[in-house]
Amino acid sequence: MGNKGDFRVPVSQVPHSVPIPEDITGIGGTVSVEINEKKISVPLGTTILEACKKVGISIPTLCHHDDLCIAGVCRICVVEVEGMRTLQASCSFPITTPIKIKTSSPMVRKARRHIIDLLLSEHYGECYTCFRNGNCELQNLAKEYGVDSYTFGHIDKPRFEVDNSSYSVVRDMSKCILCKRCVRTCIDLQEVGVLEAIGRGDKTHIGTFLEKPLADVICINCGQCINRCPTGALRANDPSDAIWEAIDEPTKHVVIQTAPSPRAAIGEEFGLPAGTSMTRELNTALRRIGFDKVFDTNFAADLTIIEEGTELILRLYNALVKKGKVALPQFTSCSPGWVKFIEHYYPEYLDNLSSAKSPQQMFGALIKTFYAQQAGIDPANIVSVALMPCSAKKFECNRPEMNSSGYKDVDYGLTTREMARMIKEAGINLPEMPKSDFDSPFGEASGAGLIFGATGGVMEAALRSVVEFVTGNKTEDIFERANIIPLRGFEGIKYMEIPIGDKVGRVPDLIKHFIPDWNWLKGATLKVAVAHGTANAKKIMEDIKSGGKFSECHFIEFMACPGGCLGGGGQPIPTTPEIRMKRAEAIYAEDESLEIRKSHENPNVIRIYKEFLREGPCSHLSHKLLHTHYVKRGRYIA
Amino acid sequence: MEKKERKGIVLFSEYKRGEAIKKALEKSREEILFELRESKLKGRGGAGFPTATKWNMVAAAKSDKKFIICNADEGEPGTFKDRALLLEYPELVFDGMVIAGYTIGASEGIVYLRGEYEYMLKSLNDYLEAMRKDNLLGKNIVGKNGFDFDITIRLGSGAYVCGEETALIESLEGNRGEARNRPPYPVNTGYMGKPTVVNNVETLAAVPHIVLKGGEWFKKYGTDKSTGSKLFSVSGDCERPGVYELPWGTTINELLEIVGAKSVKAVQVGGASGICIPKSQFNRSLAYEDAATGGSIMIFGENRNMLHVLKNFMKFFVEESCGQCTPCRIGNTKLSEGIEMIEKGEYTFAYINKLKELGQTMKVASKCGLGQSSPNAFISILENFKEEIFNGNGGRNGK
Ligand SMILES: Cc1cc2nc3c(=O)[nH]c(=O)nc-3n(C[C@H](O)[C@H](O)[C@H](O)COP(=O)(O)O)c2cc1C
Ligand code: SF4
Ligand code: SF4
Ligand code: SF4
Ligand code: SF4
Ligand code: FES
Repeated sequence: MGNKGDFRVPVSQVPHSVPIPEDITGIGGTVSVEINEKKISVPLGTTILEACKKVGISIPTLCHHDDLCIAGVCRICVVEVEGMRTLQASCSFPITTPIKIKTSSPMVRKARRHIIDLLLSEHYGECYTCFRNGNCELQNLAKEYGVDSYTFGHIDKPRFEVDNSSYSVVRDMSKCILCKRCVRTCIDLQEVGVLEAIGRGDKTHIGTFLEKPLADVICINCGQCINRCPTGALRANDPSDAIWEAIDEPTKHVVIQTAPSPRAAIGEEFGLPAGTSMTRELNTALRRIGFDKVFDTNFAADLTIIEEGTELILRLYNALVKKGKVALPQFTSCSPGWVKFIEHYYPEYLDNLSSAKSPQQMFGALIKTFYAQQAGIDPANIVSVALMPCSAKKFECNRPEMNSSGYKDVDYGLTTREMARMIKEAGINLPEMPKSDFDSPFGEASGAGLIFGATGGVMEAALRSVVEFVTGNKTEDIFERANIIPLRGFEGIKYMEIPIGDKVGRVPDLIKHFIPDWNWLKGATLKVAVAHGTANAKKIMEDIKSGGKFSECHFIEFMACPGGCLGGGGQPIPTTPEIRMKRAEAIYAEDESLEIRKSHENPNVIRIYKEFLREGPCSHLSHKLLHTHYVKRGRYIA
Repeated sequence: MEKKERKGIVLFSEYKRGEAIKKALEKSREEILFELRESKLKGRGGAGFPTATKWNMVAAAKSDKKFIICNADEGEPGTFKDRALLLEYPELVFDGMVIAGYTIGASEGIVYLRGEYEYMLKSLNDYLEAMRKDNLLGKNIVGKNGFDFDITIRLGSGAYVCGEETALIESLEGNRGEARNRPPYPVNTGYMGKPTVVNNVETLAAVPHIVLKGGEWFKKYGTDKSTGSKLFSVSGDCERPGVYELPWGTTINELLEIVGAKSVKAVQVGGASGICIPKSQFNRSLAYEDAATGGSIMIFGENRNMLHVLKNFMKFFVEESCGQCTPCRIGNTKLSEGIEMIEKGEYTFAYINKLKELGQTMKVASKCGLGQSSPNAFISILENFKEEIFNGNGGRNGK
């Protein structure tokens, strides 16, 4: 682990992953197993769980998660291995010699039932009042194993107080089954290390640094722990009651912006296969629920590209031509989880963070200014909701500096899960909705804004515009169909160089007043990188600190969540590597289907710079509304 | 209680520091492993794993680094024989570690010393320093070219579970003391991910004698399956509690006689995680194949309340479970609550039987030896003292 010497991080969960030989084709690379009398041959080091999956035998799991290292603590997955005195946890048993396994012997069934009974005996929670009702791994098991009574009694009082301190994550530890998926998520996947197992024996529980409320520790609000919790012990802070109230209040004008990732995932909540895009069905559903206007966050994403792209060009120009002291590489700032991460862990690099707000917040500021003016509505009466894949967006819209319109830019951040529930509550079956378009004045957005949802998307969107600006060539002539493939996919860290060449184009009107020409970029090579999941972000940051290859980059995209926003902490549960892949496919397919796929070609963006932000990007007004500043935060507590 | 002139058949017999190291270094590793296999020495820490097999696995492993760890956590209630060895015969333990290092190809040895034994730290370190002076530690030990080996002592964290070998390794690595998944075993992936032998203090202390006098000699003592002698930590209702070296196979009756225990009702063999043996079975012998123990012998006289005895054992496990796995964390609590129900007379036999079944599950489904052995006392005491507990003064009648 890269955190030796950092005592903040609970080192309790150093991954004991099972090494799987890389080359399994060689002689001796496989081993034969007999599972319930059925013989198969599997690669050496395959776990019993994986081997069983191959022969279609499903084994219950609780502490196991495809994204995480092995824990082997819940013991629900035990099986009998011939010749061994004790049962073996199939999730953590690597097969290295031929063995015979029984997955459903009387001893196994009894043990599993006992484990469920034990967990239930200490589990305080009523399924009716639980947001995981119907999608809870514990509840499912109880059903599968026919639990019809509490064999070992049932706790009648909560063991812990609910921690409601955070804008993003609510912790109800009375429902916790101590699978430590959250701990492993926070430390391994995110390398934040807010959660750890505290105490021993019957006092063991998941706690925070000095047992402080979550809002007071360095939680980055990514919500990844929520997505991996098998029960209702972790949930997002749900504002839907307040939103219903606003909708029911006739004097309020309630608008909602929808981000691309929830649209690619919300279908899952209605039983559709992962990767079914619901963008236009959702527009209709939201209007039926009672939202007055439905806007496309991608419009603001396009705007972000123009603002953040201009900022990058200015930084480069100041550094290369004016020889000024400029913080480079520039970091993206649209992931509020990442922003809080850098505020805690690398505050000395805050100048590198683009000052551009995230699309959600840019849009919020425009809704209560530009849109309010256009529509003739008092911004005090506008309630602005954002449908996001993200729990950190809830924290972001509550940041005190996010009120440049004179009002809270965005009133409520709503997750995909919460939205699905509101739609169901309104009696609407989303997949059956007729399709409809977004509302003006913002209207449709470009494909560039859309792919913000996937890791590498912001960078691809930015390059689609920057490359065209600088070289004067169409992006399509450089990258086939303007798809910048090296930036796609789920590799933790991606890196790319784009040589500019000797031919440069004309400086677009929008930024002509800043720079006279592109001659200074002739022969230059643009270096960019992409990281998703803050563990990967940390790797890049450490490299930059030590003056490595990433310190020579010009622009780096960081997303707090694995896979980018489509894997956000507010997305449907479960979210697995496979499901993330499907959602990404949906997003890229939608992008390909659009006519306009570059932010600067979005006519509504062009219009807003003509009519409202007349001085152009990175101007006084745009700075006031669309840019922000950051806070240096503590390393241990908020 | 701890006197230097203590005499015994094997461990407490004459030994001069460094003697066995010198002899061992004249032999090949194979020869040492051969003698060890001949001796049929089994681990004294509780599990009774054949020591030669363990060493052989690490000796055969290919790795740039290997470790020998001496498990001196001695956390089992009622055990204090490792303390006696470390105080009175440190030469046996340390020489055993050096020989292990030579045999398995390790250059580092670590003693994981129970936190409560901190008071020994200085004298043990002084002892190591003296060994360094005599070139029994350090580079090219006693002139054997290329054999470098040294020992460090690390203090334990005070948790019982840290005596379990993988939790011990976690603790040494600076992590929370929790048992690891097995496989892989420490002999393959141990301390710092390297092949590691973890041995009990007493196991290591037997090695120098075996090297000097041979496996055949060692085998003369004890039984066929439990060779050599064993240190027993005897406590409870007897006239002469203390550490005794006796051959394996000694019966409980014989032992009670030696320690001066009269009117005994029960003997808990193997500490809190062991089994409770009633008077009717005192002819059983102390051996791996019969009543196995890592050394703890607790004697309970006629006037003891066995339900209270059990209650204390269970309280220990409820607190000392590392809390990571379900059967042990919650299971021990349920067993413990069951005892309270019996105390109050608020139980049904059906429920007690359910708890016994739960105990069986804990034995097979828990992640480490703690949860796997914690129901032993519950099951054996309720079984062997039914009369007293359910009909006598211990508890009131159930339904
Ligand atoms: C809960 C628990 C506590 C243990 N405590 C000790 C201990 O204090 N000392 C010890 O030598 N072995 C202890 N053991 C046994 C060790 O895991 C291990 O088997 C032993 O150190 C191996 O050495 P041996 O082969 O020489 O016996 C414990 C095991 C368990 C499950
Ligand atoms: S966590 Fe699961 S079992 Fe518990 S109350 Fe919620 S739905 Fe029910
Ligand atoms: S929200 Fe993210 S940072 Fe906060 S506890 Fe969960 S995983 Fe850790
Ligand atoms: S909070 Fe959820 S994920 Fe974390 S240990 Fe508890 S049940 Fe598991
Ligand atoms: S059996 Fe007990 S001590 Fe061992 S891992 Fe499980 S909870 Fe921890
Ligand atoms: S799923 Fe295997 S132990 Fe939890």
